[in-house]
Amino acid sequence: MGRLFDQIFQMSFIIGLLSAMFRMATPIIFGTLGEIITERSGVLNLGIEGIMLISAMFGFLATLTTGSQWFGVLIAILVGVIFALIMAFLVVYLGLSQHVSGLGVTLFATGLAMFVYRHTVGSPTIPPVVQPFKPFLIPYLSDIPFFGQILFNQYALVYVSWALIPIIWIFLYKTRYGLALRVVGENPMAADTVGINVNLTRTLALVVGGALMGVGGAFLTLAHQNMFLIDVVGGRGWVCIAMVIFGNWDPIRGSLGALLFGFIDAFQLRLQSSGFAIPFHLFLVLPYVITIIALIGVARKSSAPAGLLKPYRREEKGG
Amino acid sequence: MILTKRPPLPYWAQILIPFIAIVVSLCLSSIPIIYAKGDLFKSYFYLFYGALGTRYNFLETCVKSSPLIFTGLAVAFAFRAKFWNIGAEGQLLAGAIVAAWIGINIPEMPKFVAIALIVGAGFVAGGLWALIPALLKTKLKVDDVVSSLLLNYVMWHIMGTLLFGPLQQPGSSWPRSPSISELAKYPILLARSRFHLGIVMAVVAIAIIWFINEKTVLGYRIKSVGANLKAADFGGIPTTSVIIKTAMISGGLAALAGVGEVCAIHYHLLMDVSPGYGYSGIIIAMLGRLHPVGVGLSAFFFSMIIVGAQTMSRMTGVPVYIADVIQGMALLIMLVAQLFTEYEIKVISK
Repeated sequence: MGRLFDQIFQMSFIIGLLSAMFRMATPIIFGTLGEIITERSGVLNLGIEGIMLISAMFGFLATLTTGSQWFGVLIAILVGVIFALIMAFLVVYLGLSQHVSGLGVTLFATGLAMFVYRHTVGSPTIPPVVQPFKPFLIPYLSDIPFFGQILFNQYALVYVSWALIPIIWIFLYKTRYGLALRVVGENPMAADTVGINVNLTRTLALVVGGALMGVGGAFLTLAHQNMFLIDVVGGRGWVCIAMVIFGNWDPIRGSLGALLFGFIDAFQLRLQSSGFAIPFHLFLVLPYVITIIALIGVARKSSAPAGLLKPYRREEKGG
Repeated sequence: MILTKRPPLPYWAQILIPFIAIVVSLCLSSIPIIYAKGDLFKSYFYLFYGALGTRYNFLETCVKSSPLIFTGLAVAFAFRAKFWNIGAEGQLLAGAIVAAWIGINIPEMPKFVAIALIVGAGFVAGGLWALIPALLKTKLKVDDVVSSLLLNYVMWHIMGTLLFGPLQQPGSSWPRSPSISELAKYPILLARSRFHLGIVMAVVAIAIIWFINEKTVLGYRIKSVGANLKAADFGGIPTTSVIIKTAMISGGLAALAGVGEVCAIHYHLLMDVSPGYGYSGIIIAMLGRLHPVGVGLSAFFFSMIIVGAQTMSRMTGVPVYIADVIQGMALLIMLVAQLFTEYEIKVISK
């Protein structure tokens, strides 16, 4: 009997762990996919950390006001798009340093998020909470033993993130528009020669990417948690940047990296609650350390789009 | 409408650019102030009164400048070599941790030796922490932006581990260390204020970095590496060792911000030891146009904003985070302003 109980405990532990892995990976998948689309067009968006935070905040406030989680997601998308447009203005149309502009957008968005949140909510002793998304059980599939609980008892946004992986892969590699996007990222001058509008393409890539980052942010305050905290994103945006490199700018490999991060994140949470006499901060450090190690593993093999970080100015052709 | 290269602006115009950026961002900050229903005149008045209005306020602004000068110098020094050290925050924490650890356990010795020991050890700690992204970049080709950013979170959690473990104050359940010994505290230089040794050190650091940049071989090499890595390599400059030295000096400077916060402000280590000084350093470096004197001036300006925003918030109810909004805005506006020193807008009719 004892052994049987052990097994049940272990099985539920594994189910919980893997189910949490997919949940924790979801914001990273959204952010990574958004960043991949953006970078494939030749723009590094270091604004991602701030965009995720301010989208998380506005998405939260929208849901807090209306009670509708999907409305919150919509607002988060809108906010993501607005900040992507700011980024586009700075780096695409003005051709400013992508590094510094992105950090600037992150710092500005972070400051603004805290400012607006504090102004709207004040400083109550208990932070306000929303009714978060409920897990969406897929009929029949969720009844499958083991896998049903892990894969088909997730939030709706988790399924959306899974669906986006092949969609974006097909878009990038199998459609004309995806090809145009990649050409712009690899060789903007060639793209211009064949009549592709480089700046428009990059702006659209930033906008789509910003929308995805926005959803990733909203997931954090509307599903993963039910409140907004200043550190709710806590470096996940930077992890996405790392996952893009880890995945060699490929949506499938990038998402696998996100799952790895989700696994470590879920694992450290469980270690924390298992009552080991080790400070929880030591577990929190794991995802970041492993992300850096993962980067070391791929650094020499990875190849960024050739046009990344380079602004395109037609009049400076060949200059 | 297109952007075209313009002949270089005269020197005075180049110096004017950051001031224009500051004025524009102060003007634009009226938007969030109005949004937060703050009275505009009152808000700006208390912003400046809070920062400069009394002797104590002015000296507080100097106090806040100290960590900002150090992180600003750290970032500026690294950026000159195009080593993207976004890790000043983590390097600051490394310095703070080491300062606290030595400060708590320091045996009896002459005060100036104790301070020198702590400052030296803090500098080395930050330098070593910055060595990681530098080695990853030069030896393993790992992107420096990402690695230095992620290492901030690693150091933050290392600090958390220590503050819940070996560095925790006995009997406390809060993440804070015991107080440091009197020996380890920076001397206060002006009565009835917190004007401490670290401020003088920051000014000296400005002079030293200026000297390195302008008068030494290393400074010249850093500039060459930043201008064109391949050309510098081709020209016989040992680029790897230059980047590593740059990173270690940069990390050491950032760490001194953390040492000062522990030894002159808090007198113990706590999780909130830095409200993001490392990230503010990026803004300060850019606004100072990576020049040490510029860094000093822009650090003082942002210190005014941070200190003044507290008074403004108390008097008008505008959230204190207005300081962060202004900082972020100032960086973006500075970038745009800088562009127009190199380019001009030409309207061509098609």
